[in-house]
Amino acid sequence: MSALDDLAVKAGDDDVVAGVPARLVAAPATTEEAAALIAASRDLAVVIRGGGTKIHQGPPPRELDLIIDTRRLAGVVEHAAGDLITVVRAGTPMAELHGLPGQQLALDAPATATAGGTVAANASGPRRLRYGTARDLLIGITVVRPDGRITKSGGKVVKNVAGYDLGKLYTGSQGTLGLITECVFRLHPVPLFTLFVRAIAPPTHAANVLTAQSAASALEINAAPGAEPELAVLVEGTETGVRDRATALARLLNGEVTDTPPPWWDTPPWPATGDALALKLTGTLSGVPSLVSTAVEAGLTVRGSAGTGVLYAGAPVDPAATAHVVEVLRAVATVVGGHAVVLTAPPSVRGMIDMWGPVPGLDLMRRVKDRFDPDHRFAPGRFVGGI
Amino acid sequence: MTLLSRLQAELAPDQLITDRQRLRTYECDGLSHYRVVPALVVLPRTAAQVAAVVRACAEERVPFVARGSGTGLSGGALPHADGVLIVTSQLRDILEVRPADERAVVQPGVINLQVTQAATPHGYYYAPDPSSQQICSIGGNVAENSGGAHCLKYGFTTNHVTGLQVVTPDGDLVRLGGATPDTPGYDLLGAFVGSEGTLGVATEVTVKLTRLPETVRTLLAAFTGTDQAGAATSAIIAAGVVPAAIEMMDALSIEAAESAVSCGYPAGAGAVLIVELDGPAAEVAAQFDEVSRLCAENGAFETRVAADDTERQLIWRGRKSAFAAVGRISPDYIVQDGVIPRTALPTVLRRINEVAAEHGVRVANVFHAGDGNLHPLVLFDDDVPGEAERAETVSGAILDLCIEHGGSITGEHGVGVDKARYMPRMFTDDDLDTMQLVRCAFDPDGIANPGKVFPTPRLCGERPGHHRGAHPLQEAGVAEVF
Ligand SMILES: Cc1cc2nc3c(=O)[nH]c(=O)nc-3n(C[C@H](O)[C@H](O)[C@H](O)COP(=O)(O)OP(=O)(O)OC[C@H]3O[C@@H](n4cnc5c(N)ncnc54)[C@H](O)[C@@H]3O)c2cc1C
Ligand SMILES: Cc1cc2nc3c(=O)[nH]c(=O)nc-3n(C[C@H](O)[C@H](O)[C@H](O)COP(=O)(O)OP(=O)(O)OC[C@H]3O[C@@H](n4cnc5c(N)ncnc54)[C@H](O)[C@@H]3O)c2cc1C
Repeated sequence: MSALDDLAVKAGDDDVVAGVPARLVAAPATTEEAAALIAASRDLAVVIRGGGTKIHQGPPPRELDLIIDTRRLAGVVEHAAGDLITVVRAGTPMAELHGLPGQQLALDAPATATAGGTVAANASGPRRLRYGTARDLLIGITVVRPDGRITKSGGKVVKNVAGYDLGKLYTGSQGTLGLITECVFRLHPVPLFTLFVRAIAPPTHAANVLTAQSAASALEINAAPGAEPELAVLVEGTETGVRDRATALARLLNGEVTDTPPPWWDTPPWPATGDALALKLTGTLSGVPSLVSTAVEAGLTVRGSAGTGVLYAGAPVDPAATAHVVEVLRAVATVVGGHAVVLTAPPSVRGMIDMWGPVPGLDLMRRVKDRFDPDHRFAPGRFVGGI
Repeated sequence: MTLLSRLQAELAPDQLITDRQRLRTYECDGLSHYRVVPALVVLPRTAAQVAAVVRACAEERVPFVARGSGTGLSGGALPHADGVLIVTSQLRDILEVRPADERAVVQPGVINLQVTQAATPHGYYYAPDPSSQQICSIGGNVAENSGGAHCLKYGFTTNHVTGLQVVTPDGDLVRLGGATPDTPGYDLLGAFVGSEGTLGVATEVTVKLTRLPETVRTLLAAFTGTDQAGAATSAIIAAGVVPAAIEMMDALSIEAAESAVSCGYPAGAGAVLIVELDGPAAEVAAQFDEVSRLCAENGAFETRVAADDTERQLIWRGRKSAFAAVGRISPDYIVQDGVIPRTALPTVLRRINEVAAEHGVRVANVFHAGDGNLHPLVLFDDDVPGEAERAETVSGAILDLCIEHGGSITGEHGVGVDKARYMPRMFTDDDLDTMQLVRCAFDPDGIANPGKVFPTPRLCGERPGHHRGAHPLQEAGVAEVF
């Protein structure tokens, strides 16, 4: 009996990825079991699933035989508080990482998302301004390659330049280079005190926050058609320091200081269900206002980090208009040095548009994929340029 | 057509060095006990010229090595005897400074400190600050993923570079990343940073600029020994304070610094900590009190606070001169670079001293305590028979200690030629093989800085585990093309 026979069961009705049903589902509980499973599933097209919070984002797989579910591959292996690091299995829910005593993995991800999925998707939330993304906080990683070999990169120390930094390569690779089974993260102390500053203000005012000595941890924007645009700032630190800075910012933005974030904070600007159009938009800081106004004029709600130039936009959009909206936003994003990636779109248009858009270095990316996954079994067709 | 005549067609005569005497200038980097005279040195002035040189090398299967300022301490820029050395010293323009976007775009030969100097009038600076910042190049920083005293809080080069233009080993000019973060696709930029010149040559670098902090405050705390200083370091971190820097010097390095620059550190100190805090004034004030208290609680017998910028410079001068200063107390020394988890500091420092004593050599410790990045200086006298070998043994044993404690064989100086043989102690064959997958995607013929980082690279396309040994291209020798 192979590990595939041992572990795989027939797929159920929910075992679907972006509209494509799978045949089989397997949930390995250890790195070794996952390696045996992958080695035994040589001819199968595989998609990996963590919490499933993002599994339908991106183009559908060209083929799908097996879903590898990571939720049994879970648990915090080590939390070395004095070294500000933690080692976790990939399927560990983010909820568990949100609750580490006295310390935090400073990634904004939904409670049901997994650590591995958060790395594989390199998603980010408001606090990326201060703490960076999974890319910056991941210091070590274990991956099972498509040929079943177990490989590690990085380690348990923050400073490490021995060999290539492959953790970066796997971050955001959307399960196309292998199965992430374990991650080592850098942690941060939980801040002593936090406050928010909210203001009705145009996106151009974000620059004032950045040039003031506010040391904001997050600087978020919210703009929707027919409503006044808002800015919200998260300030963290010691109580006196935070009160001082928040007061100064409230004066600067003509806003108010509050204990709680605005209701739209860290929530995607698209409806949770249905076939909405959802995009990730990036641009230079000075380009954020034009990205926001173009998206709002196209009928989308925009939300995201005005301090780093990474925004999300979405709306229920008429499928017939989708391609045009994407084209307009892509043009503006290009002008401001960024990109417009389509995360979700109505099924009828997914096949008609290039969801990822143009990407520099695509030829090199194909060469990397060919080396790691010569048979293109892992998430075939889901990544940039049809990788 | 030979490679030389091809390059003569691409470059002006003063951009090509073939004279043996002048080639010698480039025979080593900061690690001077490895020396190789390159077959040819080129000094390109544009990215297109770099691409033309590399394309010619690719077509003739001639190895090439990039070189910035040559300050590397792992032999990364050691030339290849039969290869071309591509020196970036004529690629020194700061192309753009865009404070509103918090970005600058620079050529690879630009000196690290010059980026900060260009940004400061706008209220910004470039955060990664290796001690060599007055001479090392941004291209070299990218290749080594360099850090500095302030990376405890601000991160390393990899956290501050958003875009690169690179010439791949087949001579293509490619953009990786850009001015904005999260470029879709594989993070090849992240893989390139720290690849030590083995994936191609960086020809343009887009860096993040960081807002100058409102306040900077620096404190010097003197302890009787490294155990207490190590405990104070852990206590500061555990208290939730993230200083901009925590640096430690032990008795021997203090002695060296005193003899070189008379920095006037407290008499009788067995260890000092330099703690720097930066940020909004009120935050810094509160944290400063906390740090002072924690140092005192952990045995600091004297703490000094820099009252002004001059005093701050004086505190740092001792630290920054320590490397060069050990030359005054020892004729020869090896600079080691390893990392351990911060909590292992007291144990590992004690073990280092034991190992040194066993072998009859002295070790001076001056390092980035907040990151657990050790820089033991193993002192010896080459004129004493056997002492160099004993120093070498101690130096290697220190790396084993780092690996044993879950750390790394290098925190900032890189693997280069110097530590390639230690890579299998830290990584399995499968781990190294996976790095080779990336190498082969970029450089199937293995002509970009061969012989560095990896102990025995296999040929691309081979199954791992077979055909170990020298690269056939190296064995074949390609000198005759000149
Ligand atoms: C409503 C909503 C709100 C969100 N808000 C935020 C937010 O505020 N901040 C934020 O950071 N993110 C946010 N996200 C993004 C998303 O939650 C994260 O990207 C999430 O962490 C993905 O984890 P998952 O376990 O659900 O992965 P999945 O959705 O299961 O998978 C995501 C991708 O990663 C791959 N993958 C999963 N596990 C592995 C593995 N172990 N190895 C290799 N590949 C793997 C999958 O194949 C897929 O391509 C939001 C998403 C939604 C839908
Ligand atoms: C006194 C002293 C103090 C130091 N302190 C520190 C420190 O605090 N932190 C630290 O991290 N390092 C430190 N270093 C080491 C060294 O300064 C850094 O590694 C630096 O980044 C090297 O830059 P360079 O321009 O001198 O590169 P070089 O030595 O010329 O080259 C280093 C490597 O980079 C490659 N390379 C150079 N340019 C390019 C390019 N354009 N594209 C691709 N590859 C390229 C070379 O092939 C080589 O592998 C110190 C060195 C000295 C001598």
